[in-house]
Amino acid sequence: MTAPARPLPARRGSGRLAAGPRPGRVRRALRRHRPAVLVALLALTALLAAASVMVGARTVAPSGVWSALWHPAGSEEDIIVRSLRVPRTAFGLMAGVALGVAGALTQGHTRNPLADPGLLGVTQGAAFAMVLGIFALGVDDVRGYVWFGFAGALLASVLVFAFGGAGRGGATPLTLALAGAAVTALLHGLVSGLVLLDQQAMDTYRFWQAGAIAGRDPELLPRLLPFVLAGLVLAMANAPGLNALALGEDVARSLGHRVGLTRAVGVTAITLLTGAAVAACGALAFLGLIVPHLARSLSGPDHRWLLPFSGLLGAALLLAADVGGRLVARPGELEVGIMLALIGGPFFVALVRRRKPVRL
Amino acid sequence: MTGRPVGKAAPAGRVALTVRAARVSFRLRVRAALVVAGGLAVLALLMALSMGRGDFPIGVGAVFRAVLGDPENHYVVMELRLPRALTGALVGAALGLAGALTQTVSRNALASPDTLGISQGASVVIVALTVATGSAAGGAGGTLASVGIPVAALAGGLVSGLAVYLLAWRHGLDGFRLVLVGIGFAGVAANVKWWLLTLGDVNDAGRAMAWITGSLNARGWEHVRPVALALAVLVPLVLVGAFTLGALRLGDEPARGLGLRVDRDRSLFVLAAVALASVATAAAGPVEFVALAAPQIALRLAGTGQPPLAGSLVTGAVLTVGADLVARTAFGGVELPVGVVTAVLGAPFLLYLLVRSRRKVTT
Repeated sequence: MTAPARPLPARRGSGRLAAGPRPGRVRRALRRHRPAVLVALLALTALLAAASVMVGARTVAPSGVWSALWHPAGSEEDIIVRSLRVPRTAFGLMAGVALGVAGALTQGHTRNPLADPGLLGVTQGAAFAMVLGIFALGVDDVRGYVWFGFAGALLASVLVFAFGGAGRGGATPLTLALAGAAVTALLHGLVSGLVLLDQQAMDTYRFWQAGAIAGRDPELLPRLLPFVLAGLVLAMANAPGLNALALGEDVARSLGHRVGLTRAVGVTAITLLTGAAVAACGALAFLGLIVPHLARSLSGPDHRWLLPFSGLLGAALLLAADVGGRLVARPGELEVGIMLALIGGPFFVALVRRRKPVRL
Repeated sequence: MTGRPVGKAAPAGRVALTVRAARVSFRLRVRAALVVAGGLAVLALLMALSMGRGDFPIGVGAVFRAVLGDPENHYVVMELRLPRALTGALVGAALGLAGALTQTVSRNALASPDTLGISQGASVVIVALTVATGSAAGGAGGTLASVGIPVAALAGGLVSGLAVYLLAWRHGLDGFRLVLVGIGFAGVAANVKWWLLTLGDVNDAGRAMAWITGSLNARGWEHVRPVALALAVLVPLVLVGAFTLGALRLGDEPARGLGLRVDRDRSLFVLAAVALASVATAAAGPVEFVALAAPQIALRLAGTGQPPLAGSLVTGAVLTVGADLVARTAFGGVELPVGVVTAVLGAPFLLYLLVRSRRKVTT
């Protein structure tokens, strides 16, 4: 049971970071071999990426993929692989890694298992700025409203951090989470109002909210990638501080950590990662919510491991959902958002039911 | 019956009267009671204002007279406007209480009936019904819209709430697991909802959006009665159980030590929250944010350690009625669904309280 703002009792600080009961034998073994598990996840992600390039309405054999990538001759297969499948897979990898890591960071900073990357206002900020751009300025070009989305994401998270940290005692997990929920709800209300008034905005918004990695403009990828990379670097730099914060702010401070700085770096990383992902692929919020829980059951609560595990699991899950969506409804396909929910949801519930969840 | 203030030096939120009668004794927190009384006064005023506004404006005084039996304006006030205002107040109260129960049982400030999947479950059913019977499939009938959607929403909410409850039950009901299962379920339902919205015609999607943001438009006595009934049955039961609820908050072992049957008691509160939120959703659609914000606002106003039950009831009602008043009047000719405004109104207030709060509050 979480009690976000309460400093942890002393027993949790004794030796282990893990709260609650001692993990079972399988999990102890997993944690002893974390590098091996990480490599396995990497291999799984690579495998799924390969599948994502090959599988679809028209299946391309590995040799066809190889020649399309290295010796394109302009055949139909080459065009499918180069202009459709590869960008789609790349978007999947980028969004999956970004949302997985951002989810783990958000849950770590708010110490709340309900937190998802959208909680700090990022997703709704992006949605609001985009809808406003369409409604007020008539922007209807994807390349135009992506930047609206990104700016909105930045603005909303600055707002959340300012409000969450304005009370006495600075930003605590509880005030951050509540300020995030309030700003998110506020923006969501504004978005709902706008889309009810404007059908054009409504039409764009409903598809954006469903989320997709197919049919995105490949030009966006090199433009958004630097933000994601910066976010990942900041996230890894944030990991030791986040581990200390898990012991409670007072303990972290007495261990010599600068709590305010750690929080600011974390929120910046979350904004960059989530902002880039949702601006490109729409609200795939469910991913950032469940991936950290799955990752935590493999890696344990140490953020230096949890963050890479979350990133890889996020990419793997997103690609698996996307490939699955292409297989179940051939020759058509189901959008990745709905597949993610249909695959991830039951899996998540089963995981939560099976054992005592690791608490934050 | 005696009453005495406890300690002069106690902080404002702690001033309490210990009331002892022949068989019962309880502590009455002065500040919490003031919040409830003040909230009721504001609620009455807002309802009167709301009933006065419209194509045929009526003054606040005349509204009160009409409610008390004055034949002038009787039809407009009693038949047209009172049901809408009452639906808003009762729905808000039910959501506020459901939120307070969920947050206390799960000991998480972000938990609300929305996290138990009720709003999303109801939304999925509403959207499916609207899209399936929409213009592409021959147009939605009047009966279907007025009767079918509320019944479907009630069924969707109850089934989702019960499904989450059953999925979370494993050797007892753990508040933490309940919340995790709930967000998993709600996440799936939300994605199904958005997917369904992309399937339909854009006009149907718009109509479905209006329903799933929560609306009080054209509500009559038939919408008031179910919510009133649910509140009349559940509120006294919950208030009687207030001590149990407070004890549950201490954690499992202390609660057992105090003689509670933890799993059974927790289940009863969760089921009460599910019932309240489902009935409210059936009456007005999933009005957003009230269940999350009302308990947190009430807690900060009353200065208590956990969401106050009566305070959450009143705060939820004030928030919803106030939002409906704004939604109807602030945008000229356009009448927005109330769910759009609850968040726009409630969120800044919650933010203000967050910024102003002087001491750390948990849950």
